[in-house]
Amino acid sequence: MTGSLTLVILMAVMFGAGISIMLERSLTRVLIGFLLVGNAVNVLIYLMSGAPGLAPILGEGVDPDEISDPLPQAFVLTAIVINLGITAFMLALIYRSWWLAQLGAKGDLIDDEEEDLHDAEEAADLIRISAEDDAAVQEIIEASDEEFVDSLDDELELEASARDDLERRGPSTGGSRPPEDER
Amino acid sequence: MTAALVPLVVLLPLLGAASALILGRHRRAQVGVSVAVLAAVAVVAGVLLATVDAGEPLAVTIGAWPAPYGIVLVVDRLSAIMLLVSAVVLLVVLIYAVGQGVADRHRETPVSIFHPSYLILSAGVFNAFIAGDLFNLYVGFEILLSASYVLLTLGGTGERIRAGVTYIIVSLVSSLFFLSAIALIYGATGTANLAQLSVRIAELPENVQLILHLLLLIAFGIKAAVFPLSFWLPDSYPTAPAPVTAVFAGLLTKVGVYAIIRTETLIFAEHDLSMLLMVVGGLTMVIGILGALTQADVKRLLSFTLVSHIGYMIFGIALTTQLGMAATIYYVVHHITVQTTLFLTTGLIERFGGATSINRLAGLLKASPLLGILFFIPALNLGGIPPFSGFLGKTGLFLAGGEEAAADPATAWLVWVVIAAGAITSLITLYALTRFWNMAFWRPRDDLDGYESVLLGSVLEAPEGATVTATKTTPRLMVAATTVLVVVTLLLTVFAGPIFGLADRAAANLIDPSVYISLVFPGGAP
Repeated sequence: MTGSLTLVILMAVMFGAGISIMLERSLTRVLIGFLLVGNAVNVLIYLMSGAPGLAPILGEGVDPDEISDPLPQAFVLTAIVINLGITAFMLALIYRSWWLAQLGAKGDLIDDEEEDLHDAEEAADLIRISAEDDAAVQEIIEASDEEFVDSLDDELELEASARDDLERRGPSTGGSRPPEDER
Repeated sequence: MTAALVPLVVLLPLLGAASALILGRHRRAQVGVSVAVLAAVAVVAGVLLATVDAGEPLAVTIGAWPAPYGIVLVVDRLSAIMLLVSAVVLLVVLIYAVGQGVADRHRETPVSIFHPSYLILSAGVFNAFIAGDLFNLYVGFEILLSASYVLLTLGGTGERIRAGVTYIIVSLVSSLFFLSAIALIYGATGTANLAQLSVRIAELPENVQLILHLLLLIAFGIKAAVFPLSFWLPDSYPTAPAPVTAVFAGLLTKVGVYAIIRTETLIFAEHDLSMLLMVVGGLTMVIGILGALTQADVKRLLSFTLVSHIGYMIFGIALTTQLGMAATIYYVVHHITVQTTLFLTTGLIERFGGATSINRLAGLLKASPLLGILFFIPALNLGGIPPFSGFLGKTGLFLAGGEEAAADPATAWLVWVVIAAGAITSLITLYALTRFWNMAFWRPRDDLDGYESVLLGSVLEAPEGATVTATKTTPRLMVAATTVLVVVTLLLTVFAGPIFGLADRAAANLIDPSVYISLVFPGGAP
């Protein structure tokens, strides 16, 4: 069997370089290594077709013994197509893996969702702040109510008409107080 | 006439995949196409098996290019058996997946991608089974592997990407081995046609044969998950969706086993590496099952039993006798169905119990007796309890081993050691599965601490972990599909006689490579 020494050396270098790169941790380097080894195998298939000859097209006046073997060329073409498809998939996978590593599952939220989430958080803050304000206001009102009731108690013994007044206000002060569980 | 049916088993799924892709937005139409295509392939495979078993093996040359140059599709008894079993299993799992997809529509199972990928996977599997030359076998492998990459990383969650990277890189390395082997074999013999190789390989020098043989065995060994090359499997299979794991576990490793059968009986029929295969088979059994002992997650446990039971088939192939080969074929059929069933049942357990770990499951038998039956029968079957098919398959293998040991006293001790390893492996399989049964099915629910808050507990323990999923409704379609497969495993037991007879006739064809050669080259190999 005759073959080109240059191709053999090229194949050996590609195999060696490819395998050593494939052993690295980075996925991109693994992909580059796979491409190198894949192409080294393609060169190997081509080498196995024996001595180079005429283009493998049978026509008038072409001696079938002088053309090169077409079958390995078909193999290589198929292998190249398969490698192309797998490389595309690997690139998508590497991108996805990078995406997950950089952003985590949070990265999957699209901008709108993230904004909505942001808005929701702000709204929650607002509600909490306004609830605190409300509670403070409520406390002041209650305190003033109690003062008012105390002052009424002082007057209670003095005037009987004041008692009627107190009975009218009593439920209304109770009503203005929010129930305990709501706070 | 029936020869025209042969290319259909590959063409139908490929056309179906294209239509499913076009129909991506019409869920019902897509499901209809996928189910119809796989049902049609199952019917075609049945017709092919009947034809071939009637004594009319089929060889089809594509595009009318004559045999050594063109692509030959060959259907002998082994191919037909594998076609029929895989078509039935693929169809049932598809129905299960449809049931699951109908129930939950979330982004982890984008069904519009699932159906085309699944059909392409089927096309690859079928193509590998009928390939008549080494390069077409490689193309079949690549088709099914490319589809399996997509299915394994479905949804692209962090966990699946991690598992997928391991699987893809290991598969790529195996493919590179396979392609290099094809190149070297072509360089040495000038052909890739299996029938022609069978004749020409035998004429090569002993050392060249050894290198080529080992290269092919490494490539197929990675795919079949044979012991030193099996490390990738338990890490990559369990994270996929339940139907995907079931198909991968049932079929993909068996495609590797099928390729090893062809390598040993046809391509290197004259070159004997049976001692190596026997040692490797024994180690695969024992080391695989020791891994299963320590697993708490039932998906990982089953992945380890899967690796372990590949060892039985490798042992059967290594015997190189007709009885050994027949038992291997029967065991392959049994294992495809039973392993797929167990993974489907695990999917049901995951939905019903909300987890797959024995630390979080309890009281399932009381909660769902049907689920108990669906797990119990295949579990006993896998463990090799009589009268199930697992017992029959193992008995066949051990009988063949005993015959081989009696015929060849020089290697008898090795055969007996591997048979002992097989018996122990069978017991440990039973122990591992019984442990899961006791914890998940028999243990009262009250024994499980904090049962009420399975979900809360898992979140507190591992906020990022995903081993526990919420309990969901269990659709009837999923239960029905699993039940059908359990019935199929029982039928393998009931009709064990005729099926073993068929396997025996297939083995008779395999043992004598001249049958295959005269099928492809009626006038003798050129």
